Amino acid sequence: MSARNLLIGVAAVAVAFGISSLEHHLRSNYVHPAPVQRALAPDFSLPDLTGQRLDLASYRGKVVLLDFWATWCDPCREEIPRFVDLQAKYGSQGLQIIGVSMDDEPEPVRDFYPRYKMNYPVVMGNAKIGELYGGVLGLPISFLIERDGHIYAKHIGATDVSVFEKEIVNLLQSKVTPAQPSS
Amino acid sequence: MNAFRRGKILLVLATISIALVAVVFAFQASLIPASRLMNPDALVKILQSSNTEKPLIIQVGSHVLYTEAHIPTSEYIGPASREIGLLQLRKRVEPLPRNKSIVLYCGCCPWNHCPNVKPADDALQAMGFTNVKVLYIANNFGADWVDKKYPVAKGD
Repeated sequence: MSARNLLIGVAAVAVAFGISSLEHHLRSNYVHPAPVQRALAPDFSLPDLTGQRLDLASYRGKVVLLDFWATWCDPCREEIPRFVDLQAKYGSQGLQIIGVSMDDEPEPVRDFYPRYKMNYPVVMGNAKIGELYGGVLGLPISFLIERDGHIYAKHIGATDVSVFEKEIVNLLQSKVTPAQPSS
Repeated sequence: MNAFRRGKILLVLATISIALVAVVFAFQASLIPASRLMNPDALVKILQSSNTEKPLIIQVGSHVLYTEAHIPTSEYIGPASREIGLLQLRKRVEPLPRNKSIVLYCGCCPWNHCPNVKPADDALQAMGFTNVKVLYIANNFGADWVDKKYPVAKGD
């Protein structure tokens, strides 16, 4: 194949995926509350894909990235490999990613999990946890939670991995401060 | 033209085709003609009007999200991106007159990434329905409906 033909093919693919990626990023919305406004992440206990209960409270002391997603959601699927990389890179430093699948049934999630080589736990979400987190009425939505359990950031829509990584590195460097009980 | 040159051309065409398929897949909801789109505020006016015949409103996305919040009187059918959802949709509308006013909506994802509304609209067009509208939800149901304080129902 000539270099010209190869370039045409590569350019076509690049344009296609470039448009798609740009569109994702234009849609993403970023909410980063001021420190005084940061609320404690609501605790929950939900079954993972093996049926074991996962309690958010048991991850206190870690930086948690809570990702609301679904297997049928395109932008969600595109984020998963990036989260797998982040978990592999920063897990030993205290990062714990937790996926909350908003799929209606666990079967497609069980099928999806090994195919995407997911290396972090996934629980099956429901309307109750959606409401607990202020309404999860569009996907993906991710919450970055500090070691002390406070919500540091909320990302609505697909978000560039560099944004997550910068925040995660920042939070991993922070010390654990016990959260004050809410009155 | 020798076989080697034909092979090169086919390879380039295949690559371009893959790229085009990727674009079409990513933007499939955008292929719905503008004449069949309805803005949320227009549907709200219909819902609030006392002298307008109400359309059959069908949610073709996630049941979890529907349970959390949905348009009052809307019916949950199932994700139209899957065969089970399309089967339910066809079964629900089969007995209806083909001029019945129907509004489809999802709101799971940004419009260009919604996997459900286009297959649902295609199914109803193929069945001969002539009065179908698809609710244009630009970002998601939360941002474009709930946050705008439009009427909401919860539960099954």
